[in-house]
Amino acid sequence: MLRSEQKPFEEIEGYLKGDKKVFILGCDGCAQSSQTGGKPQVLAMKELLEGAGKKVTGHTVIDFLCQKALVASRLRPLEAQVMEADSLLVLTCGVGVQSVGAMVPKPVHPGCNTISLGGSRGEWRGTERCLECGDCLLHYTGGICPLTACSKGLRNGACGGASDGKCEVSPEKSCGWELIYERLKEVGKLDLLKQFIPPKEWNKQRPRPEMLSTSLWALEQRNESSEEDRG
Amino acid sequence: MALKEALESGKFVVTTEVGPLKGTDTSEVMEVAEILKGKVDGVNVTDQQSAVMRLGSLATCSLLVQKGLEPVFQMTCRDRNRIALQSDLLSAHVLGIRNVLVISGDFPSLGDHIDAKEVYDLDSEQLIWTINQMNGGQDLAGNELQGKTDFFVGAVVKPVSDTDASTELQLAMMEKKINAGARFFQTQAVYEADVFERFMKRAAQFKVPVLVGVIPLKSVGMARYMNKNVSGVFVPEPLIDEMGKAEDKTAKGLEITARLINDLKDMCQGVHIMAIGWEKKVPEILKMAKLA
Repeated sequence: MLRSEQKPFEEIEGYLKGDKKVFILGCDGCAQSSQTGGKPQVLAMKELLEGAGKKVTGHTVIDFLCQKALVASRLRPLEAQVMEADSLLVLTCGVGVQSVGAMVPKPVHPGCNTISLGGSRGEWRGTERCLECGDCLLHYTGGICPLTACSKGLRNGACGGASDGKCEVSPEKSCGWELIYERLKEVGKLDLLKQFIPPKEWNKQRPRPEMLSTSLWALEQRNESSEEDRG
Repeated sequence: MALKEALESGKFVVTTEVGPLKGTDTSEVMEVAEILKGKVDGVNVTDQQSAVMRLGSLATCSLLVQKGLEPVFQMTCRDRNRIALQSDLLSAHVLGIRNVLVISGDFPSLGDHIDAKEVYDLDSEQLIWTINQMNGGQDLAGNELQGKTDFFVGAVVKPVSDTDASTELQLAMMEKKINAGARFFQTQAVYEADVFERFMKRAAQFKVPVLVGVIPLKSVGMARYMNKNVSGVFVPEPLIDEMGKAEDKTAKGLEITARLINDLKDMCQGVHIMAIGWEKKVPEILKMAKLA
């Protein structure tokens, strides 16, 4: 379960500044239960975007955007609508935005910030990772998270330590920033490399006190203690 | 003359660097300082180079100031968060240090404290931006400084990369660093004039001084080691052959370095000599390159 909250609409509008046509994707997994990317939120977003003069070429809600195979198969019948769009607005957690970015050759914009629950767990295991930083940067980085794809978590570009596209920390790992470069090139957004990302507000990554007292959290605590009881 | 004035005057500048030792013994660094005094426009002090723990750059720069040299305080983003970085910058200013060179820093696992937690609270572009804020009298939180800093900020760039992605990223980041406040660049070591020329053709548009990096070759083994392990360093085979055939490796290494400097100097505004153990030979290199 990943908790998310929608970004302010002005921020989303900023991401979509150069785009006339948008496809909206929601997620019936965690984003649905966070009430940030379920069907009602997708429809509300459609209205907001149309009100702001955008053409919404289509929209859909997929059970789990973090499962890439599912994303591909569910989008196939909607291919014309997806490809007509200049970009995709994805209302879900950081994992879901990244997996859509990996499956669709279009720019992806995060519509949500993923909020820390003190540790991340995706429902479907893939290569995409989300740090639950509370201030999603995926718009600027081609839908690949620099905090998790780059070993140093650098926000403004590569450290210069890579060799043959491999990270200086581990030769088995690709340089996250070279992946970001290739993706931005693929979707025609290389100009985003020049965008300065200011110092990160790490405060947003700390779990908020109310997060520790949701019913979900309480349920998890109870499950763990009852397992202990049994043990 | 301060490094800033030297670069602004349009003069061809020479900088070099020293690496503090692990421990409190400063005699070697002080000896080098004595030899370099008056011969170079700036002396970089490396900051826990290769993520190996040593005496700090800040303290060593301060010793150089006392000796009458012009230090360049290297700062990596690896070991300190924004509070410590800003505090060290204030400390550097009151100790008379005026030049800062910002780098990301090798990952801790490449050094001698592999279990250390990496920081990178700020990345190099953000640290450059922060220094600019402090020069304007504000800290990162927007608080007013009681006495602002006055730093001349440099950054690094790799002129040669092994992938197109890396080459393009380097140029995009160079521009971003300039916009954040970088006023000069030092490059990774260069061994091929034509490759550097290609880089400078694209970098010239930014109109900031570039000091080309040069590392004197000491042996065939060193060249092969760098080719294999140091990102952005490519020593061409003919140069390795030339080194291999030489009887006096030291004399050959110095000769190649002087020749390289001469081949490169018309394309940029200075040279940064990373002597790696040969710091005391820098004046000799400069004489051979007719820069002294």
